[in-house]
Amino acid sequence: MTEFPLIEVTDLRRTFDVSKPWLERTLARESRQLLKAVDGVSFHIRKGETFALVGESGSGKSTVARMVVGLLEPSGGEVRIAGVPMTGGSHAAERRRLRRRIQMIFQDPFASLDPRWRVGDIIGEPIRAFGVAENRRDVTARAGELLRLVGLDPADAQKFPHEFSGGQRQRIAIARALAADSDFIVCDEPTSALDVSVQAQILNLMRDLQDRLGLTYLFISHNLAVVRHMATTIGVMYLGRLVEVAPARQLFAAPRHPYTRMLLDAVPDLAMSGRPRTPVQGEIPSPISPPSGCTFHPRCGLANDRCRAEAPAPIDGVACHAVAEGRVPELRASA
Amino acid sequence: MSRPVLSIRDLKVEFVTRRGVLRAIDGVSFDIARGEVLGVVGESGAGKSLTGSAVIGLIDPPGRIAGGEILLNGERIDDLPAAAMREIRGRRIGMVFQDPLTSLNPLYRVGDQITETILAHLDVSAAEARRRAIDLLKEVGIPAAERRIDGYPHEFPGGMRQRVVLALALCAEPDLVIADEPTTALDVSVQAQIIALLRRLCAERGTAVMLITHDMGVIAETADRVAVMYAGRVAEIGPVRAVVKDPLHPYAKGLMGSIPTLEGAADRLVQIPGSMPRLNAIPRGCAFRPRCGSAFARCHIERPEPLRVGEHDVACFLYAQGAPAEPAAAGPGTEARR
Repeated sequence: MTEFPLIEVTDLRRTFDVSKPWLERTLARESRQLLKAVDGVSFHIRKGETFALVGESGSGKSTVARMVVGLLEPSGGEVRIAGVPMTGGSHAAERRRLRRRIQMIFQDPFASLDPRWRVGDIIGEPIRAFGVAENRRDVTARAGELLRLVGLDPADAQKFPHEFSGGQRQRIAIARALAADSDFIVCDEPTSALDVSVQAQILNLMRDLQDRLGLTYLFISHNLAVVRHMATTIGVMYLGRLVEVAPARQLFAAPRHPYTRMLLDAVPDLAMSGRPRTPVQGEIPSPISPPSGCTFHPRCGLANDRCRAEAPAPIDGVACHAVAEGRVPELRASA
Repeated sequence: MSRPVLSIRDLKVEFVTRRGVLRAIDGVSFDIARGEVLGVVGESGAGKSLTGSAVIGLIDPPGRIAGGEILLNGERIDDLPAAAMREIRGRRIGMVFQDPLTSLNPLYRVGDQITETILAHLDVSAAEARRRAIDLLKEVGIPAAERRIDGYPHEFPGGMRQRVVLALALCAEPDLVIADEPTTALDVSVQAQIIALLRRLCAERGTAVMLITHDMGVIAETADRVAVMYAGRVAEIGPVRAVVKDPLHPYAKGLMGSIPTLEGAADRLVQIPGSMPRLNAIPRGCAFRPRCGSAFARCHIERPEPLRVGEHDVACFLYAQGAPAEPAAAGPGTEARR
């Protein structure tokens, strides 16, 4: 299975037109305004792995997720699943076959389930749509099986979403994602709307399912501790770009990009190590008018003229001039 | 020890509905001393925000305070008329809410909102109020405060807005600040700045803080003591280090174990089965009993009252006399970490 990765994302780009309406724009003599939400992101995910994208709001992580599942057309670049490009003219039949293997779990389980549908129908829809089972009895049996798999009761199929708590709804959303035997699940902040004790239930469930069914996850989160718990590989995003990609263990033990270090330093933690924190400077700039060169330079203590002028290309997983030039100080040994 | 700034005694809050009376807070008691930060944690529905609202007298009908007392510097404030309460709010109790956009009026310049509050509560001239507002904005870290004081809230990014709200909460030099999820709407990098700021400003002024949040990390870094709430009651209260490192109540144990951390890469998180009961279905006896692995006969019948155990106050019969055995080490009825 190691010839090519299951998911391959190459130089993915997406711009949004955030200009004012045509008339207003013309009267004010303004030009079009484009927002580069995702600007040249590349990564790959091997089968059975969890690749996590972390970043603060506005970093473009959800936009990447939406392009990977096909909810958004990329403005440039390519998503390949099992070697098949998901955009462009050819391979239409193969694409349809592959679509079935990709599902998504959303953040808000109150918005992602239709309140007027019974749970059995919600889970049954992908089963019917992808032709996994045809007749009613098979669909019902399969839905019951899935409910049991995610820790609910098959009898729950008769109920409506409002009869469930947030955690139970997220279980239903997971059951729906697995309904068509999908093996690649894109999870966009799957637990951020949940309480911690319920979050633990869902994270444990997701890992159990991964072990049992060999699932591959693209996991989007802003919570570094959750990501640490789930991911094999982590990509850190800042203003539409991947600034660092590293195996989870390595990223936490030895973060290299100054932004990654800043993020790790900023997380309030239960450990109460009493370690001194480097105060974080500033906030994420507006993606409509990002800073020149490396977009992180206004907040970076190591920025020099080159950083202000030239955007760094990723070298060995890190996009930073200071790292490339060896200007980044060694981390404290205790980390 | 001197008199606590805030003292809550056996507070009860009820909601009268067509289907009966729902008791959302059921006998909560705690004190906050001068300059102390008390963290109040719990999952949604535990009653932590409602406790804060009760203190500032902002419980709307059909909700009502059904019992107990709230004392501010030794004076009862829960039975004050609305006009007297308005004097206290903003003057003696400052407030910081989750979303800085909703706590600032979008149509007024931020400077006017701060000077208005200062003028309403303190006996100073308009020029003096403006000078104080600029000083405060500088103190909360707004760059070019002299200029930005005339900006509107939408001109400030999220973290800066929350800084303005902090300035607004502190401008009348209150004795107590109630911060309800002050950093939940912010990104991590900004969150750390705001927490450090809140902590520093209140320490300097000797302001007591009631910090309400669901984020244990924030509590661990900020609070002196922490109260863990569950289903309208305080399950455990104690110094933050003791409660976080060595929780005693089965719910607190489960809660701490269920939080993924940066350091420990546990294979499995501790999980508490089930979820918080709804208000109309709070079980008899101990409210946590259906989710608790250590429950025994007494838990079905009686409500546990807080007991002193070391530095903690724990509302759990496991620590009372006649408990069946030593409390299980692994936490509530869960799969322990593998």
